[in-house]
Amino acid sequence: MRTLSVAEGVAWRVLHNVFTNPSLLVPSLIFPLFFFTAFAGGLSRIDQVPGFDYPPGYTAFQFVFVLLQSAAFGGVFTGFGIARDFESGFGRRLLLSAPHRSGIVLGYAAAALVRWLVTAAVVTVVALLVGMEVAGSGIDLVGLYTLAVCLNIAAILWATGVALRLRTMQAGPVMQMPVFLLLFFAPVYVPLALLQGWIHGVATYNPITRVLEAGRGFLAGSPTEVGLAFGVAVALVLAFSLWALRGLRSAEQAG
Amino acid sequence: MSDAFAEQVGQLARRSVVRTARQPANVVFPLVFPLLLLSVNATGLQSATQLPGFPTDSYFAFALAVPFMQGALFATMNAGTDLARDIQTGFLNRLALTPMRGIALLGGQLGGVMAMTAVQAAVWIATGLIFGVHFAAGVGGIAVLFVFSLLIGLGFGALGAFLALRTGSGEAVQGMFPVFFVFLFISSMAMPRNLIEIDWFQTAATLNPVSYLIEAIRSLIIIGWDPEALALGFGVAILIAVVALALASVSLRTRLTRS
Repeated sequence: MRTLSVAEGVAWRVLHNVFTNPSLLVPSLIFPLFFFTAFAGGLSRIDQVPGFDYPPGYTAFQFVFVLLQSAAFGGVFTGFGIARDFESGFGRRLLLSAPHRSGIVLGYAAAALVRWLVTAAVVTVVALLVGMEVAGSGIDLVGLYTLAVCLNIAAILWATGVALRLRTMQAGPVMQMPVFLLLFFAPVYVPLALLQGWIHGVATYNPITRVLEAGRGFLAGSPTEVGLAFGVAVALVLAFSLWALRGLRSAEQAG
Repeated sequence: MSDAFAEQVGQLARRSVVRTARQPANVVFPLVFPLLLLSVNATGLQSATQLPGFPTDSYFAFALAVPFMQGALFATMNAGTDLARDIQTGFLNRLALTPMRGIALLGGQLGGVMAMTAVQAAVWIATGLIFGVHFAAGVGGIAVLFVFSLLIGLGFGALGAFLALRTGSGEAVQGMFPVFFVFLFISSMAMPRNLIEIDWFQTAATLNPVSYLIEAIRSLIIIGWDPEALALGFGVAILIAVVALALASVSLRTRLTRS
């Protein structure tokens, strides 16, 4: 119970800060829309490349990537806030006042999730307004958004672990860069089969590729690699939960 | 140019370069991030070269123009932020108490930006050569490319300086980054304009001056000497530089009011 009340307090504070501060809110809403516009608009002719086969079209193909990307970066953006809290000394006061400190991690994660849900709603509405075709059923869409939720939670736990260990805003690139690389070393622009050269090898073994391909399968109404994708997503959440909790221990020991 | 003025510009340019060099993030990020995106985009979009009418069979060569613009954006934001910090910390006010000419401050600041731009341009060109890009305009084209990069650096650096002088806030300068990014994204950055399928996007890319900067660079890399692309590119770059310098000079005069 105490853990939940700590989580609630932390989450409320983070959400209050984000939703009352445009400089924190706007970038997390605008950047996914930038990517969606640039990729789905500027590159739409890619679906005429020989071998490209995604019936709902290129807008839907890119929507899945942008949705998953916004989920991952939503987590990372919240990680920046944690680092800022510790840099300003607020994090230490939080550690002193919280009876159950794991609630701190839970609170940040809950805030990241709520924050991303707003972004996801905006991106989805924009995609539908520009005529994105959705071939998947309701169940398929639940699958797609559940995968995105898992990715969001994994990303915030990763960023939390980094922020709690380094406790400085300068840790931003450490949180951001691996997530960026994992996302962009997946089949972003064309299906895996059309990738050439070293990127094909990297994308084949990149766990995010499974999540992305499954997400695109859901939206197309032809689920593919579902078990593997959820396996990867859950494994990431579990692994980064441990990472975040050990980060918490590190912050506690630092005093 | 008098010796005293040249010395003022030199000292401030040196300070600008040293300050940038002492912040590894300000040097490494503007170099590494564009290269990373180039690598990812070039390999991920190689199959786009199979589209009928695509101007080259190497997406890497096609995309090599983009880091020149991304690098300019990063350098500009960093330079603008540095100048804003000078305003916030009171350094500019202390300078105002000295006989230093205001224009020397602008010149020095832009000297630092252009030094960074020169390093970046050298890195992008070297990267292209290392990865087998055949510069269609030859050695002369590479020289023109280098000069063109400096001109873009001057224009965007002046724009960053204008923002810093106008707002006096590093956060406000950083807040403009998404706006610049929109110009980059809604351009012919990833696809030739004639191959952009979505009408409104093609129109926006045609109206976007950044498209012409990218196309001028790209023409030297994959086409050769294309007078139209170069005239448009240099025209746009000169226009941006002149307007931004004028705006920055006016803002500087207001900011450096000696009372």
